[in-house]
Amino acid sequence: MPDDAPAALSNGGGIGASVRRKEDFRFLTGQGHFTDDLNRPGQTHAYLLRSPHAHARLDAIDTTRALAAPGVVAIFTGADLAAAGVGGLPCGWLITDKHGKPMVEPPHPVLAQGKVRHVGDPVAVVIAESRDEAQDAAELIDVSYGVLPAAVEATDAIKPGAAQLFDEAPANTCYEWEIGDKSAVDAAFAKAKLVAKLDLINNRLVANPMEPRAAIGEYDTGSGDYTLYTTSQNPHVIRLLMGAFVLHLPEHKLRVVAPDVGGGFGSKIYHYAEEAIVTWASAKVKRPVKWTSDRSEAFISDAQGRDHASHAELAMDENGKFLALRVDTVANMGAYLSTFAPAIPTILYATLLAGTYTTPAIHVAVRAVFTNTVPVDAYRGAGRPEATYLLERLVDVAARVAKLDPAEIRRRNFIPTDAYPYQTPVALQYDSGDYFKTLEMALKTADRDGFEARRADAATRGKLRGMGIATYIEACGIAPSAVAGALGARAGLYETAEVRVHPTGSVTLFTGTHSHGQGHETTMAQLVASGLGVSVDQVEVVHGDTSKIPFGMGTYGSRSLAVGGSAVMKAIDKVVAKGRKIAAHLLEAAEADVEFSDGTFRVSGTDRSKSFAEIAFTAYVPHNYPIDTVEPGLDETAFYDPKNFTYPSGAHVAEIEIDRETGVVEIVKFTAADDFGRIINPMIVEGQVHGGLAQGIGQALYESAIYDKDGQLLTGSFMDYCMPRAANLPMFDVATNVTLCTHNPLGVKGCGEAGAIGAPAAIMNAVADALSPLGDIRVDMPATAAKLWHIIQSHPATHIPAQAAE
Amino acid sequence: MSAPVSMTVNGRKVTANVEPRTLLVQYLRDQLGLTGTHVGCDTSQCGACLVHVDGKSVKSCTMLVAQAEGAEILTIEGLSSGELHPMQAAFKEHHGLQCGFCTPGMVMSAVDLVKQNPAPTEHDIRDWLEGNICRCTGYHNIVKAVEAGAKAMGGSHAG
Repeated sequence: MPDDAPAALSNGGGIGASVRRKEDFRFLTGQGHFTDDLNRPGQTHAYLLRSPHAHARLDAIDTTRALAAPGVVAIFTGADLAAAGVGGLPCGWLITDKHGKPMVEPPHPVLAQGKVRHVGDPVAVVIAESRDEAQDAAELIDVSYGVLPAAVEATDAIKPGAAQLFDEAPANTCYEWEIGDKSAVDAAFAKAKLVAKLDLINNRLVANPMEPRAAIGEYDTGSGDYTLYTTSQNPHVIRLLMGAFVLHLPEHKLRVVAPDVGGGFGSKIYHYAEEAIVTWASAKVKRPVKWTSDRSEAFISDAQGRDHASHAELAMDENGKFLALRVDTVANMGAYLSTFAPAIPTILYATLLAGTYTTPAIHVAVRAVFTNTVPVDAYRGAGRPEATYLLERLVDVAARVAKLDPAEIRRRNFIPTDAYPYQTPVALQYDSGDYFKTLEMALKTADRDGFEARRADAATRGKLRGMGIATYIEACGIAPSAVAGALGARAGLYETAEVRVHPTGSVTLFTGTHSHGQGHETTMAQLVASGLGVSVDQVEVVHGDTSKIPFGMGTYGSRSLAVGGSAVMKAIDKVVAKGRKIAAHLLEAAEADVEFSDGTFRVSGTDRSKSFAEIAFTAYVPHNYPIDTVEPGLDETAFYDPKNFTYPSGAHVAEIEIDRETGVVEIVKFTAADDFGRIINPMIVEGQVHGGLAQGIGQALYESAIYDKDGQLLTGSFMDYCMPRAANLPMFDVATNVTLCTHNPLGVKGCGEAGAIGAPAAIMNAVADALSPLGDIRVDMPATAAKLWHIIQSHPATHIPAQAAE
Repeated sequence: MSAPVSMTVNGRKVTANVEPRTLLVQYLRDQLGLTGTHVGCDTSQCGACLVHVDGKSVKSCTMLVAQAEGAEILTIEGLSSGELHPMQAAFKEHHGLQCGFCTPGMVMSAVDLVKQNPAPTEHDIRDWLEGNICRCTGYHNIVKAVEAGAKAMGGSHAG
């Protein structure tokens, strides 16, 4: 246990138990309250007319016919918003480039002004009595577009002659940024005996939470209060960004509610145009305005993820010891800067490229580029999957160059278990971990020793079998505010908790984090139950409403338990401290002699005690109370700012078979051994790993956002974008090793993103291993059946040793 | 332009005047307030809108309400009263849901599977759920839940 762990944890109750989820009943019985389930009295419906072109001048918009259509209440365009002084959508992170200049930060109007820059860029909003009427009317709006050439791939957009999105961004470049000691890296390469090289693409993905985004704006004409109901992972952040920068509304007149939210995976972090539109328009039409995305609309309006093109080189000595790493990455930002976008390929990517290894010199150059595509921002893992994929693919290449087993080359380069705290050459300081142990656990469960026999057996069945290993490190628990600020965050990233003990001893916990599948209503209740000695059933967790919760930065970056849970523990400590004063008075003892455990305040060494419920009752409705020294009430708020990031780590092993006739990949076995620090609810943690793995495997084998040269998204629906189905995935073998985080009260590290971080490299290393009899073949994600079939067809069958055995 | 329809929803007879283009899911959600049935896509892939029509699982986004004239409709709200149906209980016990959005469709689909195949294997379950997408769970715990739910239903539940 960390040194500053509170005494409240010592009772152990609740923490570590797979408590079944408190939130499940309402979801299982259809009683959840998702945003689109809500309807406000007198509400109107909004439909957004979106650009069908990737890049075009907006020459004229004629709404005359549409305004006359049945049911239409109002129509607004970018010009109306500009005239009303509505601001652009802000970016929350400022990257300073390698020359010391701020990134290029073009305006991002809520409704397009002057130009449209991606298919789906909103041009006008129609507000009508019904959604169908709004959509029907939108078809009557005449927009004159002056279609322009589009820049789609980031690597093309920086070439001379490419279409330019913004005058202020020459060569479509947002920033050129670097980290690390270039001269040290160059010197290490000059003396290296062995060098591994790799070019790869990290494919663009669509987050696709099952609940499409929705928003309802409501304006109270009597009080002047605004309410926004929205599908958000962080309602306070939306209130801050939309209130301060876009609509210029003070926070006391703006309430943001994120009710039940059906998954986010990053895509519901950001402040989106539709939120501002419905809120602003509700005051204009003096009625609530509701907007719900359909899935096709989500594909062209939800921020997308990944989309890197990289070249990497690893210098080694003759024993396969890593000497230096050199990485050059081009990152696609899309058409505008989404809320966190500039931080993803820099702060959350390049700083992770030490991985689990002692590589002494690292240099990373990143160029962020505007293109005529949907904006790109954090998607589950956010930068860390990109770093892990690059590094772990490169390490497998290095193993081949050094003629070492992939497991052995990793062991030779792992950070030793006695080296913590470990300072990497790319800014981060890891606090704890044991990469040897998780790798050993994963290899044993995966039966690495028996693999070659299984490969030979598969060959007799016409299958190419491969095994792939990936280790990973993440930086989670975003974020130590001073560090984040130094790295360009425009806000600190504290978290808040309020523990309100009621007179009869039940508790309401208000958390600034937000649960949209993570099970906070249960896990956070377990913290309170453990800390105060009450049952989980006596604890209600409230999240997602700025009118109830003091403040909060929300849920992303596996931060809820590490940061939000730490705030809960601080608030519990305050409750216990105050309870101890009250108990000391009632028990006529010195405060220092009163101890608290398992829900009882007791005078040390005696049987004189008071229950937690008695103290709660006394705090509110006392007859006998230390009123001169202690205020009544038992309701404590705490803010927590983490001292460092947390560093979950692990090893994933994939075993796959490729059918030579069809190219189809079957995942025979997938093993994940992870270190998340202390685990509060193992059932929920395993579920998080499963879900992350599914998304990581989806990236590796199935999913890809593909644009044509004109910027049309070809994979714009579930018909075309391959979401993993039940039959595409195996049962997963998951296990955990625990090394505690050293700097937060719970010793927790975070688990939400790990699966999506480790899985792509493990799968693709397995694919490369399976194809190795055919040669050293570059395969970028997704390794679809069609792609693999073509590869197998283009390599003569005689190259496959097993063919003769058939 | 509206036309009358009548049907039985969760055991209750209902009638309404609807626009001919109204989908069954729109009628359930917008007019009957049965918002447990969700809309997750617009191409009939995700299965969040799955309900039972005359005892068979149907994606209610793919059917006009007019086509349900005279039908018996069962939604997630009608699957149980008070206590959870054994399939719902199995999803809770085995952590077969996270965000809860695909869950009603997933449960309704699983109940129909077990009616047709009382002892489904893992392969049967994964194959059957082709039309239900979950983005949270990786399906691992859904498969476990459906196996357990099938055992708990044991043929005694009509669903």
